[in-house]
Formats: sequence, structure tokens, C-alpha cells
Amino acid sequence: MKLTVWTYEGPPHVGAMRVATAMKGLHYVLHAPQGDTYADLLFTMIERRDHRPPVTYTTFQARDLGSDTAHLFKDACQDAIDRFEPEAIIVGASCTAELIQDDPGGLAETMGLSIPVIPLELPSYQRKENFGADETFFQVVRHLSKPCEKTARVSCNILGPTALGFRHRDDIEELTGLLFEMGIDVNVVAPYDATPSDIARLGAAHFNVMLYPETCEAACRYLEREYSQAYTKTVPIGVGATKDFIAEVNALTGLSGAPDDSRLRLPWYSASVDSTYLTGKRVFLFGDATHVKASARIARDEMGFEVVGLGCYNREFARDIRALAKDYGVDALITDDYLEVERTIEELQPEMILGTQMERHIGKRLGIPCAVISAPVHVQDFPARYSPQVGFEGANVIFDTWVHPLVMGLEEHLLHMFRDDFEFHDAAGPSHHGGHAPKPMDAVPETAPDPKPSGSDVVVWLAEAERELKKIPFFVRGKARRNTEKFAVERGVAEISVDTLYEAKAHYAR
Amino acid sequence: MNKSTPITNGSCIDAPILKERGQREVFCGLTGIIWLHRKMQDAFFLVVGSRTCAHLLQSAAGVMIFAEPRFGTAILEEKDLAGLADAHDELDREVERLLARRPDIKQLFLVGSCPSEVIKIDLSRAAERLTQLHAPHVRVLNYSGSGIETTFTQGEDACLEAMVPVLPETDAANLVLVGALPDVLEDQALGLLRDMGIEGISVLPAGRADAMPAIGKNTKFALLQPFLGETAAALTRRGASHIPAPFPFGEEGTTLWLRTIADNFGVDAETFDRVTAAPRARARKAIAAQAAELNGKSIFFFPDSQLELPLARFLTRECGMTAIEVGAPYIHKGVVGPDMELLQTGTVSEGQDVDKQLERCRAARPDLTVCGLGLANPLEAEGLSTKWAIELVFTPVHFYEQAGDLAGLFSRPIRRKDKLELAKS
Repeated sequence: MKLTVWTYEGPPHVGAMRVATAMKGLHYVLHAPQGDTYADLLFTMIERRDHRPPVTYTTFQARDLGSDTAHLFKDACQDAIDRFEPEAIIVGASCTAELIQDDPGGLAETMGLSIPVIPLELPSYQRKENFGADETFFQVVRHLSKPCEKTARVSCNILGPTALGFRHRDDIEELTGLLFEMGIDVNVVAPYDATPSDIARLGAAHFNVMLYPETCEAACRYLEREYSQAYTKTVPIGVGATKDFIAEVNALTGLSGAPDDSRLRLPWYSASVDSTYLTGKRVFLFGDATHVKASARIARDEMGFEVVGLGCYNREFARDIRALAKDYGVDALITDDYLEVERTIEELQPEMILGTQMERHIGKRLGIPCAVISAPVHVQDFPARYSPQVGFEGANVIFDTWVHPLVMGLEEHLLHMFRDDFEFHDAAGPSHHGGHAPKPMDAVPETAPDPKPSGSDVVVWLAEAERELKKIPFFVRGKARRNTEKFAVERGVAEISVDTLYEAKAHYAR
Repeated sequence: MNKSTPITNGSCIDAPILKERGQREVFCGLTGIIWLHRKMQDAFFLVVGSRTCAHLLQSAAGVMIFAEPRFGTAILEEKDLAGLADAHDELDREVERLLARRPDIKQLFLVGSCPSEVIKIDLSRAAERLTQLHAPHVRVLNYSGSGIETTFTQGEDACLEAMVPVLPETDAANLVLVGALPDVLEDQALGLLRDMGIEGISVLPAGRADAMPAIGKNTKFALLQPFLGETAAALTRRGASHIPAPFPFGEEGTTLWLRTIADNFGVDAETFDRVTAAPRARARKAIAAQAAELNGKSIFFFPDSQLELPLARFLTRECGMTAIEVGAPYIHKGVVGPDMELLQTGTVSEGQDVDKQLERCRAARPDLTVCGLGLANPLEAEGLSTKWAIELVFTPVHFYEQAGDLAGLFSRPIRRKDKLELAKS
């Protein structure tokens, strides 16, 4: 048993729903009790979908358990096929149905249905949402794809976009445009908007674009084995990654496509003098592995930030993220425990968090600005405007998104100079954020008293030094506190005075 | 306008009920934790369940609400199921950890879920053991919010029912109001009843563990919500007597609810009128402002919170609407009977087969459909106006001063559709 307050990922059958809901003509018959239908609202409310997810829940109750839940499953399955006339169905169990061991796959097979039946084995007590999506998409591809002749023109499939994905809708459009400019057709996008017959013709493409490894890596590997379709390994999020992706595609196809990058503004915006204030901003990254990996590179190489820590919640990618952290000289945090992420952020005191909606909450509590780079998604992650993450426009969107929560260039200096102005002061936060500005960390009362510190590395702030620290603007105060304490510990200083504070400042000033 | 065909004159109490069985588009009882944990400020709700339960709790309100939660899920893992770990040892450890981190907790609810019920983890035994272990600081109780046994608001019923046996005993002739309402509503109800001269009123659940009501054979209780049938039965078993009344929605409902209580406590008509006259007039005025948009319009209820029948009574009798179908997860006539006596409607349905019900709804083309969050946007996309049912549980809607707001919840979607030029194309 493990106590969980908030979760980054849902159960694996929700991953399967993300695939089923993204597709057309596929229906999911889910053996599940009443209440599991809550998952529908993720799609209809958060993503504002205008159709119910194509899922039939068998809705068994306690009184059915002693008798015949298998019969209930078969009836629900037959009803769903009669009513919705899908081209194919996937069948599986939610966590409770897994315990009663009805074997939906086996039951559906005995029904002699005329359409393909794809059984799913998603172990609810071991795995999570991303695994569920990856495994479901793989099974759909394995059951429905067929060998077919390659297209005359060079083409590819874009694999990975699902329902409830972080900006998947717009990424598809941006990437399709980029590939078009490189002379490459898109054969099929899947699972997003694909039908089972579209899946059957995946094999016609010359290669696959693995857009989100979390949801399509198993399928990409299968297609490579079965139909000799190579797949791209670079996810084109960020300027450098997009250029690498273009080079990778050119190498795969033998073409020399050079898409128009005249709309790409991130490099100039980042070079322009207004961005000087971004230099060395200490950022912490957390999210799914793909977005963290891409964002770390953008943060360091394209924005000039300093990456002080990074991590992901999907353990499947722990090895990749550990390797990445090593490159950046930081520790990797691989966890799905929200409280552990919060503790790490509190410890590292970054000036900015690049995280998920959960870290936005942490940021709000600690007074640290936060931009969202990854799922889990929130209704705000489905903006009405075009807002991709991949390609050149994606880079522009990311620049704007990341700069927005920060105090802007000259404002930073003004806060230093006139920190006591009654309207334009420190505790008010960035002036363009109004009432929603984060409150400085110092203002947050401790929730539980820490155990009395002891040992040689404990330092105490003298009252005067503490007051002096408060004069430092909130957005660098965490850094100053941390540096001073580190400096004091290194020198065996037990009490921090105003002098210690400024000695530390001089020490770290470069 | 849609014409409904009333089956009886003026009452649906004896009308046949359409009972359905099939896919249900409703929450399970765990969802009640979302409001219960805000109401009982020194309580913590620990669900013993799966990742699905945890995911439901954080998604149930439609978006993630990041307040400091006083609930969590002890997620069962492979080793718990395979019998490699003793579920009770594991639970003791997690509770120990939790109580160490949150010394402010005075009441801990172990909440059963579908998986914990199926593998038969005995939470009542665990609650007994943990109560002894952590006495006198923490009282540990248990109830089930599982989807195989409870529907949405039944979770609150199960929670309050679990509290009844441990309420203190009394011989006093007291009045207990039952149901978790926002403080502002509670204060209004208490104020009105006290002004009538009724003394010794308390509320279940109270905001804190040390303020829970006492119960005895002279206790009378009134329900604040129509989904508390099991709690009512448990209170009756302890000797208390139920005051059945229409629920206090709208001016008429509030008046009937108050009057039934007043009659039970010997309040004279003059006092009653003096106390209620002004708020009644305000309520009527506030409803009239909204009812203009609702008058003559038709409404269709999908089953959700069990508030459906009392709300249909309010909307048909005070706002001039016509009810085409009123669906409820289940119907307990001992509780909603007084509302049904007053309600004239088309179909009354119990349980759900969602696809069949959707067919009926599409055929009827109601002016307003009350349904869960999973159905609302899809129906809007088909051109139907909808009202999210869950908002009725999360918004203060009881008693006189909220009667206008309650009507407003239903008139707003209609008014909005009317305002948007875009939606008309």
C-alpha cells in the first residue's frame, strides 16, 4: 500500500481510453463497476470533446458478483456492437474487474463476432496510464495493420498523439506542415483521428515519426520489425531538436528538405537585449520524460537558464532521465510522489519551475513562478488558439510561455532600487500578473514545525541578517538564502550575520 | 414547446416507476469526500483502493482543485493482492505515518472502495484496532464508498450512517438536522428555527469532532438532503424519530420543511408567520426574477445526486416548468415521498441504461437537460441546453435566501444560449 494525495497518471485503462477516444470507428468495452464512468468527463470537460468517449462500461454491482458478471459483459459487448457499429472493438478490465477474473478477451472471443476483437491485458495494480496507452496502441497496430505497398511519394506516419494529450492537436498540424515543406506526405496520423482501416494501411508509409515515445514506442518497434519502417528518435520540441529532427528525417529518406524557418523567432528573441535578464535563471524541470528531455535542452541552450534539477514521473523512462541528469550535472528525481517533488523544489529553491499543473500548485505555494511543459493536463492546456510545442512555431510558443511568469527585464532592476514603493513592491510579484501573482516563499507559514535542527551543518540566521535578506527582491531571495547557507556551512560558520550574507554574495558573484 | 403527458393529476407518488438496469453514467460514493472533507475540518478520509480511486477523487470536480487535501488514497499494489503483504499491517503503517504528519486530525474515516470490497479487506476490524491504538486523540470509523454499492451522494449517507452509533446518548428532547451543508446555510436554518423558539438544535455532521450531536429516544431529526435514507434508518434504530417533509428547496419547499418541524415542536402559526414572512417574500421575489425565463419550458433529469425529485417539484411548482422525465439513481419513498406527493411529471425513472435514456431525451428535445459532466458537452453539441448536475451539490441552494440562486442555476444555461448569437446558426 502506498499513500497518495495527487497522482500524475491515471490507471492503465484510462490510457486505453485515450487511444480509443482519439480514434474513430473503434469501441472500447470495459468491464467495470459503476463510478468508473467518471473518466468520461476527463474527455468531455477537460478537453471539451463534443462526443462521449466510445466506451461501454458493463457497470456491475455488488449483487452481481455472486452470480454472473460474465453474462453481463457479453450483453454489454453485444449491445455496444449493435448500437455503435464499430469497425473493431478493444475489450478489457478496470482495476476491480481484474480482481474478479472474468477474462473479457476470452469471453468476447467466444461470441463469434464478425469484427476484429482486440483483447487488452493492462495490469492495474502494477502499471499506469502511459503504459496503458502505449500497450493499447501497440495491440491495435498488431491486430489491425497489414502488409501493403509503399506509397509512390515519400510518406510517413505520425504516431503517438492521443486524446487528452498535451498540445497533441496542434502538434499534429505543425508537424504535418513541416514535413510537407520537406516534401514528405503524411500517410496516417494515429491514434488521433485514425480509423481501424487507417491502421490497416500504416505499412504504406516509408518511415514513422515517433512523436511521443510514451504512447507509441511499442508500436514503432513493432512496425520496424514487421514492415521495416524506421522511426525517428528525436522529438522536435525546441529549435535544436527540430533541426536535429530535420537532419534525421533527411538521413532516413535521402531527401534534403529544408523547411522555411522565417517564422522562427525564438533565437532572436532570446538574443535580444531584453532577454539578458533570463541569463542563469535557476530552473527545475519535472513532467513526462519526453517533455522534460526536450525542455532541458531548450532551457540551457536556447534560453540561457541554469538547470538545477530535473525529473520525470514515468518510471519507464527512468534510465533516459538519469542519463540526461548526468549530462546536466544534476540529480534525477524519478517519482510519482507529489510530496517528494514539492520537497525537492523547496530544497533547491529554483527561480522558476518548468513542470505540470501539479508543480504550478507547488509554485503557487512556494512563491516560485511556474510554466507548464507537460501532462497531466488541465482545461487550460487546451487553449482555443493555435499553440503547438513542436517545430518552429512550437519554439515560439514555448518562448512566450516560459517568459510570461517571470518578472520582466527592467522591472527586476526597479524592484531592486525602489523596493519599498507601496504599490510596486516586492511582495506584489510581477506587475503584469495582478492578483494572481505568486506570494514570496517567506510569507508562507510552515505547515508543520521541523524537528529541532542539530549537527555540525546547522546555521542560524541572526535577526539583522534575516532582515537584510528580506530586502533582497523575492525572485532572487531563495537563491541568496541558499547560497549564503552553503557558504556558511562550507566555512564552518554557525551564525549568519549581515557580513556573512555579503561575503557569500561576493563569493558567488561572477 | 414540448408537451408532456402527465400520468396522474397533481402527484407522481403512485405512478409506475420505470426501472432500468444498464450502463450508469454516475459517480461512485467516494465522490462525497470532496465536500465532506471541507465540512469536517478535523477529519481525514483515507480511501483504501486503487489508482482509479485516487484519479477519480482528483478529477471528480471536473478540474483538479489544489487545496490542502484532507483525503488520500492508500493504493493497493500487486503485493497486497498476492497476499505477500498483510493488508492490515500495511494499513496500520500508512495510518501511523499519516497521523504523525497531521496531528490536527481527530477523526479518521477508512473508506472502502470497489477493490477493497472485492478482496474483502475488513475495514471495520481495522477501524476498531486503529481506534484503540490511537485513542483518545483520534477516532477511526469506516464506511464504503465503493461503486459496486453506492452511487455518488450515497457516499455521504454511508459516512453519516457510520457516525451514528458513536454519537453520545441523551434524554433531551432535541432537534438534529442531518446533512453536510455549507456553514452559511446551516446558520440560516438554525437562525429561523431558533427565532421560532426551538432550542437544542444541532447538526450532523458538525464541523468538529467534539461538537457532534447527541441522540436519544426524545430526539427528533429532519433531513437536509434527500439521499440520507440509511442515516435516517440508523438514527431511528437509536430511538430518534424522523420528521418527513418536502426538502427545503425554493420558497414552498423551505416553508413546508420549516412548518413540519415547527408543528412537531408546537410552534404556533402566528410565530411561524412572523419569522418566515419576510424571507418568504424575498424568496418569492428572487424566484420570480429567474422564473420568467423558465416558465413554460420543459426539463429532463438524468439520474445523478438524488436531488432530482425535490428539484423537479421546485421547478414545476414554483418556476412553471414541465418535467418530461425525472430520473433518480434510486427512489426511497420514505424520504422523498412528501416531494413526490406534490410533483406532477411525465416519466419517473429509477436506475439507468444511459443509451436508452439518451434516446428518450433526444426524442423529447427538452428545453433543459440536467445531467452529469460526461454527458453535458456531447448533448450541448447536439443542440440541447444542459445543466451540470454536480453544481447542484456544490452550490448553496437550500432555504429562502438561496431560492433565487437555485432558479438561476437553471435559467442561466437557457439565458446564455439566448444571448449567444453564434450558437443560433
